[in-house]
Amino acid sequence: MSSRLGARFVLPFLGLAAVLLLWTVVSQTVAADLPSPWKTWLESKRYILEPFFKDGEMNQGIGRLAFYSLVRVAKGYLLALAIGTPIGFFLGLSRGFHSAFDPIIQFLRPISPLAWLPLGLVVFQKSEPAAIFTIALCAMWPTVINTAVGVRGISQDYLNVGRVLKLSKLKMMTKIIIPASLPYVFTGYRLSLGIAWLVIVAAEMLTGTPGVGGFLWQEYNSLVYSHIILSVITIGAIGFILDRLMGLVESRFKTT
Amino acid sequence: MSHYLEVRGLEKTFRAATGPVRVLGGVDLSLEDGEFVAIVGYSGSGKTTLVSLIAGLIASDAGTIVLDGAVVTEPGPERGIVFQQYSLLPWMSVYDNVALAVDAVNPGLSGAERRRVTEEFIALVNLSEATWKRPRELSGGMRQRVAVARGLAMRPKLLLMDEPFSALDALTRATLQDELLRIWGERRSTVIMVTNDVDEAILLADRIYPMTPGPGAVLGPAIEVGLERPRHRRHMSLTPAYQKARQGIVEFLRACRRGWA
Repeated sequence: MSSRLGARFVLPFLGLAAVLLLWTVVSQTVAADLPSPWKTWLESKRYILEPFFKDGEMNQGIGRLAFYSLVRVAKGYLLALAIGTPIGFFLGLSRGFHSAFDPIIQFLRPISPLAWLPLGLVVFQKSEPAAIFTIALCAMWPTVINTAVGVRGISQDYLNVGRVLKLSKLKMMTKIIIPASLPYVFTGYRLSLGIAWLVIVAAEMLTGTPGVGGFLWQEYNSLVYSHIILSVITIGAIGFILDRLMGLVESRFKTT
Repeated sequence: MSHYLEVRGLEKTFRAATGPVRVLGGVDLSLEDGEFVAIVGYSGSGKTTLVSLIAGLIASDAGTIVLDGAVVTEPGPERGIVFQQYSLLPWMSVYDNVALAVDAVNPGLSGAERRRVTEEFIALVNLSEATWKRPRELSGGMRQRVAVARGLAMRPKLLLMDEPFSALDALTRATLQDELLRIWGERRSTVIMVTNDVDEAILLADRIYPMTPGPGAVLGPAIEVGLERPRHRRHMSLTPAYQKARQGIVEFLRACRRGWA
């Protein structure tokens, strides 16, 4: 009992303490410009304790900045799902579609968000749609690929049930193909959300739009290094929470 | 003279990595309306292939299948199937699994009537209490009851059963065989059941075709089961009719295996 308690609470706390110690040592020795944990806290606490203050476009509480980023991610992410899910279904269902587009998808997939963003700026002329375009384009691949794999992997037994009953194309989709592939689709959705959140930082840094990533870059330019650390921690915490939430949604579909 | 179901010269070869595998080498089979026929053979002899061909799920290389005057070219609910296992849709309740079949074959019925029919078939296999459960909440025996209910709900001209009880433990299997015997007694559906259990075949079938071990499997001469209906499991094995049928099947299958090995 006590050893399990230790594994759940004491050890993670010790791990955190070790990281903070290492951080302190590094900031006192080799990296003189790196703010220590305590300095970071002192300079950041207003942003955390009053998360929704707004002094100016780029000087706002961390809650407000995170909110901007989350809204932007949500737009790009939903766009990614709206485009990626049907593409995934077509890829899984049609051999011809797969032959035609799979090579292009494999080619586009590894392209970094940093490469797409300037193109988005050229096309849309504005930073906000360019950022959303970049998020959608980078985040949709796991959805596309997992959906296609899920559809292609549907057990022949399930499909045979539909064939014997001579279900219409529509009923085949709604009664068999979609529910059978849903666990894979949601794994894709979870991975896509992770990528969307990764891309937001790059997109905001390059476009200078208000949000956690934009704030990070601005504070770097203003030499307020403690706020870089504040941003990094915020990004990590939100990414962690998003992943856990999607994991919960995903597990609901896994068990059925 | 033409039969209700007539299968002539059915052949099927699969292409495998190691070369072509001739599974069926000219299967002949005929069946009258309301008959229960069993096909008995060793595992891997091609019984499932034969069922899939009659169901229309795969295409034959040669031969014809005619059911009630119509040539079989594709799957359809008039040839209902009970698969060995894993064929219930796990995201649907018992009700929805059966209703899928009821709705597919009764497009003309009103919603209320279809609901009544669905509940009727669930009651037929004694699963009314589990109507809203998902397959994963059911035992193997209960799942196969649902599969039987779904197969019957297609109101098929011919019900194909592919080793429906082989994945079940012996006690559950016996219970389901008795249930099937009762249901068949009530409804007199035309059934082809494929099995590797000789006793199961004798208990249930009017006629039994032994299948030679593959490759190139064919059916041996049919063996009539002279047991009177209604049949009961108890004392069945003591009757001369049972012993005659059993001896006929076992001797045929053994002779095939010797000749082959």
